[in-house]
Amino acid sequence: MAKMKSLACRECGKEYPTKDIHVCELCFGPLEVKYDYDEIKASISREKIEAGPKSLWRYIDLLPVEGQPTVGKYAGLTPLVRAHNLGAYLGIDELYIKNDCVNHPTLSFKDRVVAIALTRARELGFETVACASTGNLANSVAAHASSAGMKCYVFIPGDLEAAKVLGNLIYRPNVIEIEGTYDDVNRLCSEIAGERRWAFVNINVRPYYAEGSKTLAFETAEQLGWRAPDQVVVPMASGSLLTKIWKGLKEFEKLGLIDQVTTKVNGAQAEGCSPIATAYKNGRDFFKPVKPDTIAKSLAIGNPADGYYALKTVAESHGAMDSVTDDEVVEGIKLLAQTEGIFAETAGGVTIGVLRKLAKQGLIKKHDVTVAYITGNGLKTQEAVIDSVGRPIRIQPSLSHFTKKFELEEPA
Amino acid sequence: MAKLRFHIRYPEDKIPDPILYQIGQEFKVITSIRRADVRETTGWLDVEFTGEVDEIDQAISGLRDKGCVVDPIELNIVE
Repeated sequence: MAKMKSLACRECGKEYPTKDIHVCELCFGPLEVKYDYDEIKASISREKIEAGPKSLWRYIDLLPVEGQPTVGKYAGLTPLVRAHNLGAYLGIDELYIKNDCVNHPTLSFKDRVVAIALTRARELGFETVACASTGNLANSVAAHASSAGMKCYVFIPGDLEAAKVLGNLIYRPNVIEIEGTYDDVNRLCSEIAGERRWAFVNINVRPYYAEGSKTLAFETAEQLGWRAPDQVVVPMASGSLLTKIWKGLKEFEKLGLIDQVTTKVNGAQAEGCSPIATAYKNGRDFFKPVKPDTIAKSLAIGNPADGYYALKTVAESHGAMDSVTDDEVVEGIKLLAQTEGIFAETAGGVTIGVLRKLAKQGLIKKHDVTVAYITGNGLKTQEAVIDSVGRPIRIQPSLSHFTKKFELEEPA
Repeated sequence: MAKLRFHIRYPEDKIPDPILYQIGQEFKVITSIRRADVRETTGWLDVEFTGEVDEIDQAISGLRDKGCVVDPIELNIVE
């Protein structure tokens, strides 16, 4: 028996075969992978997982692939860092950083979802992969396609910064700069996905791609000694990551791998692009799209596909949402770096900024076991902090200058 | 004939207007609403447009001219 039962519409429930489709033909609702949990329960165990590969593929029983992994074999199983210093600063006794800054191979959590998407794309017979992206996703798709020997097309807006373009070109995919607005890129890619037999990772293979995010929850629970945290803080772009972390914890609970899940799921956005957090603050169950204007580019999704489901998840788990200004994002990046030695990209600054707010408001309490998700590496967004970290201290190459500069005493 | 799917969001002040009906009159497109949520302060529709591609493009431009936000059915594709 296959562990994947079907793709099911999240709105009307209509089921489809597990092919490269992503929208319900009936109501146009998004499709999600449905599993046979009885089948999975018969074979999964903590011991089996612990004996598995040292990557996200140790959770293969709960991932939407039919065979063995063929792409992204080393993704995942990133450190869960006990953040003593940051915890002391924020007044949280047991704080952890789930550090996807060091994910393999492109230093962001996208390596998880792309590993699953491309492995599944190969199973479905695709030879070409594609994505529309301004950063981390493109890097990951291009790198994985390169190692898998798949053809790759990356679509980017024409005004993207040179460093981000380079981060794609190094892997030699076809990088297509589109002349036009962000909306033009959006529309064109959607149309190409409908025309070509290509695996567009966040369009026609999105139901499989999105499941990769669950592995963050699986790893968290295992690394905590097979328990769910009391609180998690998750950055939100489309909102998918937050919903999948919740789904992952609930799957472990359903399968008896952890006890009852009472985790509060909290969402973090930058104020310059906070359609979901704003809806939450206003007590609405729907969001209004916005034009993004924030340094947190990897979260700058103005019309988030999973925004409604993120609101639902936070309500169901009794969590909260908040947003931070760009200045607070920079402060968050620096705080994490200076307390825990972790240099996060701007999305990480958003997470830390909101973690700080929630702790200050008493929504995260001193004794809550708390996990903050850091999803990308700061070396990718250096421009965000370059003007706020000071300059090196310049001295003459002499011991006396050095001693004088730092007002040190002469050694005895 | 092409079939294209869109997510259309109405501005708050246009919610009472029969915009989709008007578009069907102004352009040679067939519109099929599959899902919608229309309230006092917000309104969106998931719609399938059937017609020649050029005609659908013009209909989409017409919707934007009337103040609607039109996205692919998947919403944001660029991540």
